[in-house]
Parts: sequence; C-alpha cells; structure tokens
Amino acid sequence: MTSITLNGATLAPGTATGSPFLLSEPLSFWGGFDSTAGTIIDRRHPQLGSYLTGRIMLMSAGRGSCSGSSVLAEAIRRGSAPAGIILLARDAIVTVGALVAAELYQRHCPVVLAGAADWSQLGKADRVTIDARSETAELRLG
Amino acid sequence: MALQLDARDEALLAGDEGPAAAFAMRLLRQFAEAVEATHFIDAEAAHIDGCLYLGAASLDFVEHLAALGGKVRVPTTLNVGSMDLIHPELFQGSAESADNGARLMRAHEALGCLPTFTCAPYQTMFRPRLGQQIAWAESNAIVFANSVIGARTNRYGDFIDLCCAITGRVPCYGLHITENRRARVHLAIENLPPEWQDPQLACIAAGYLAGKSCGDRVPVITGLPQAASEDDLKALGAVAASAGAVALFHAVGLTPEAPTLEAACQGAAPDEHIALTADDLRRAIAQLSLVPDSSPLSAVSLGTPHFSLAEFEKLMPLLAGRQLAIDCFINTGRETLAVLTARGWEEVLRAAGITLVTDTCTYVTAILRELNGTVMTNSGKWAYYAPGNIGVSVAFGSLEDCIASAAAGKVVRL
Repeated sequence: MTSITLNGATLAPGTATGSPFLLSEPLSFWGGFDSTAGTIIDRRHPQLGSYLTGRIMLMSAGRGSCSGSSVLAEAIRRGSAPAGIILLARDAIVTVGALVAAELYQRHCPVVLAGAADWSQLGKADRVTIDARSETAELRLG
Repeated sequence: MALQLDARDEALLAGDEGPAAAFAMRLLRQFAEAVEATHFIDAEAAHIDGCLYLGAASLDFVEHLAALGGKVRVPTTLNVGSMDLIHPELFQGSAESADNGARLMRAHEALGCLPTFTCAPYQTMFRPRLGQQIAWAESNAIVFANSVIGARTNRYGDFIDLCCAITGRVPCYGLHITENRRARVHLAIENLPPEWQDPQLACIAAGYLAGKSCGDRVPVITGLPQAASEDDLKALGAVAASAGAVALFHAVGLTPEAPTLEAACQGAAPDEHIALTADDLRRAIAQLSLVPDSSPLSAVSLGTPHFSLAEFEKLMPLLAGRQLAIDCFINTGRETLAVLTARGWEEVLRAAGITLVTDTCTYVTAILRELNGTVMTNSGKWAYYAPGNIGVSVAFGSLEDCIASAAAGKVVRL
C-alpha cells in the first residue's frame, strides 16, 4: 500500500504518531476533559468516557471556555493529552494550551489546521503521523 | 492579510525588554496568527483571570514569567482566586489546595499585578473609560467593559491575558474594531410583566435569553426598563455570558453605543429579529430555578459578580429587624469591604447572620459549609454554574425574595 501524504498549516509545532480519534462534536477541554484520566467527561458529549491519551484527535472546531488552555497544558504536562490535534478551523484556546506546554515543559502536542477535503480520509486512516516542524505541516496516513 | 509586526513588536521578540517580555510576545504572536489578527495595538490596561488553581501548569506559567524577571507594563487587575486571603478560615478544602491557591495569587502579585481579586474590576478605581483598548479576561468583566462602559476587549483568557499585560500589546481583531461592534440580533421586548416593579428580573431574563439565542453574536435589546441601574446591566451581562458567549450587548437608551437602535446597528439591518413577550421573560426566570417554591434551603448566596456598594445600599434596609435563619454569603471586593467597615456596616451585616466573602466566589471554590441541598441566589450566573461546579441545587429569585427566604429558611416569593 502506498502511503498518502497531506498538507496542513502548523498552529503549534511538533511531531506525533497515533491512531486518529474523530470527535463527532467539538469538545471544551475545561469541564469536558479530565487531565488526570485522559478521558472525555462532558456529560452532554456523545463520546463521553472515550480515552484520548496518545491519539491523534480530529476536532472540526474549538469550543468553550478560555480555561481550556490551562487544562490542555496541564494534560500535556501529565502525559494524558492527545499525541496531536488536527483542526478544521483555527482555534486559539487549543493552540495556546499546546504552545504554553511546549514553552514550559518542552513537551510537544502539535496542532495542525487541515483542509476540509482531507477530513474523512484522515478519520478513516489506521495511523496518522504529524510532522509540524515548519509552517507547512505534513500529515502521513497509513 | 498576514500578521504585520512593527518595530516595537520586533524589539519585544528580540528580547530588548527582557526575556519574560520576549517569551510573552512569542506566545502572543502565535495567538494572533491563530485568530488571524492583522497587527498589534497598545493595551491600556489588563484584567487577569489566572488566579484560579487548575493544576500545576497554572502555577508553572506564572512562576516561569517571574523567574525570567517579568513585570506587567500596564495597570493590571486580578480576578478572583481560589482563596479568600482576608478570611482564610472560610476555606473548607484541603490544606494542599489552600496552599496552591494562595501561592498562585501571590505569584501574580509578584509580577506587579494589583491584588484586587475581584470579578467586578469595573466597579473599582481601575474602571476603564469609553473607547479605551484593553485586554480583559473573565466573561462578566468583558461584557460589562464592552457594553456598559464602551471600552474595547475581546474574550481573552488563560495565559494570553497575562502576555498582553507583560508586553503592553494586544492583537487587533474582533471587538477592538468599530465595525465588529455593530448589533447582529435585535431582541425586542414587547411588554414587561407588570408585577415586576424593579428592573432586576427583566434584565436577567433578557440576558439569559440573549445568551441562549445569540451565541457569540452581538445583540441589541429594546424595551428594557429605562430605570435599569448599572448593577442590573451587570447582572444582565453576567448571565448572557454564561448562557451564551456574549461579549458585547447594546441596550437602547442604556448603553453608550446605543443611543438609538440605528446607532447600535451602525445603520445596517440586523440579521435576526426576536420578539419577547412578558411570558417569555417569566419563563426565562422560572428556568433558572431547579426546585419549586417553598423548598427548604441550606444557604443563600449573593454577589456574583461581586456585590457593589450600591447593592449593599439596597440590601441594608431589607435587613432591618431581621435575623436570618440560614447561612447567607455575600461575595464582594476588598475595596467595597473597606467602605463597609468604615461605615460600620460590616458589623451590622455580621450581626444579621451574613458571611462576607472577599477575593473569591462561592461557586468556584470550597466556601459553602453545606453542599447537600438547595442554595438560593439573585445571580443568573451563579444559578447557571453552581450546580455543575459545586454540586448544589439552586433556586433563583430577586434580592428581596432571597433575603425573605434566608429569614424563612425556604424559598419565599414576595
């Protein structure tokens, strides 16, 4: 099988590999994600209880309180965060959380903006590798 | 258009103003790119919502800036923390949480932030002015500054608020720009419930419905009681920013950018028109209570956002000759507490059975002595968040109903 490489825009730099987890609805990290357990705890979210640690999280857009940045940074510090995050719309809360963790702890959770045309392909892949070391990020599937 | 940096921004990035400012500017630049701002402008003031302890990352960030020699460059007020530093005996949590909470508050002070520890910085001596460009966090403070004062801020939060304070710069986008401040949704109150003599309930109902129907779009409200006070508009904004993501509302005849409906819409037609009847307003108020009337109460909580001096002036006559049967907490700022003490009111309030809480708020930390049961509040924001945050049930009512209920120990409607 030939591997497919897609392009995205780097919002927070880094590299990561993992199996993709497609969120059916946007998630607010504050009040929605447990940074100790690595799970979704928003009782109104359809994927309540899902384990996100080490996954490549695919979220169409950001949601919720600005305090989400702290929760994501804390999760990256603890090692309970997703390995990387791919978005369809720019989101400042997620981006800031990842950037702060990188600055404070030198732990990278790359955040990448992908194109809408690539979304379903990303969600169906067995594995996704993010290389977001420069302005244009590479997303390798398979 | 890509982000343009000017010579000041470049100097900050290059470390000319020290390593803390360079670190903060680096984060700000990446944030500005994420929100697609075109350039930076000077921030004239900042309000920081970083004092609530959400884990080690909260503290590490502030202590990292301090270790790099960071100091804020503009007048910077602080929002509530996890601890009441003036009345530490009120804290019901673990010694470890108390230590972490207090340490985070002190760490912000070390950066030169002012120890205001209030969610109502607009009712202190640091109140901004009309048209001022500011970098504020805390949803109710943001909506008040934008709407009631006409200062200009976006919904800043975690880390970014402090980066603006350390650099004195704020990305120019969103509500910093005049054309983005025009109303998109017209909420037209057609008639008010005649039984509501005081404007407070109409304002809270309108705020709740604005939050529910507008998301983050700017509403303009017509038909509000013209006697609505600044504290009524404060309550309106707080619940609108809880039920939705409202960062700016206009109220025709009441807020500075809305002398007329046309002015609030900047001459354009609103995208949506929503008519509200007296019954819609009554239903909105009823939805804020989770229990029926006459339910027993474990406590009453007032002052979310922090109770102002004017609110205490309204409260004092209601207490005359009354002894409260249950706990009654009032959250307020240090500046207000000092006036209460000077007037001899602090003693009167304590004698009536009221617990004054400063520096924090009863719905974000462990202050309430009893969490099994129902708490009554006059705050739409408290009613919205407290059940999820601290697990209590909630009843909502006017200030007068809350005091009568505190005396009766159950939900009373006057």
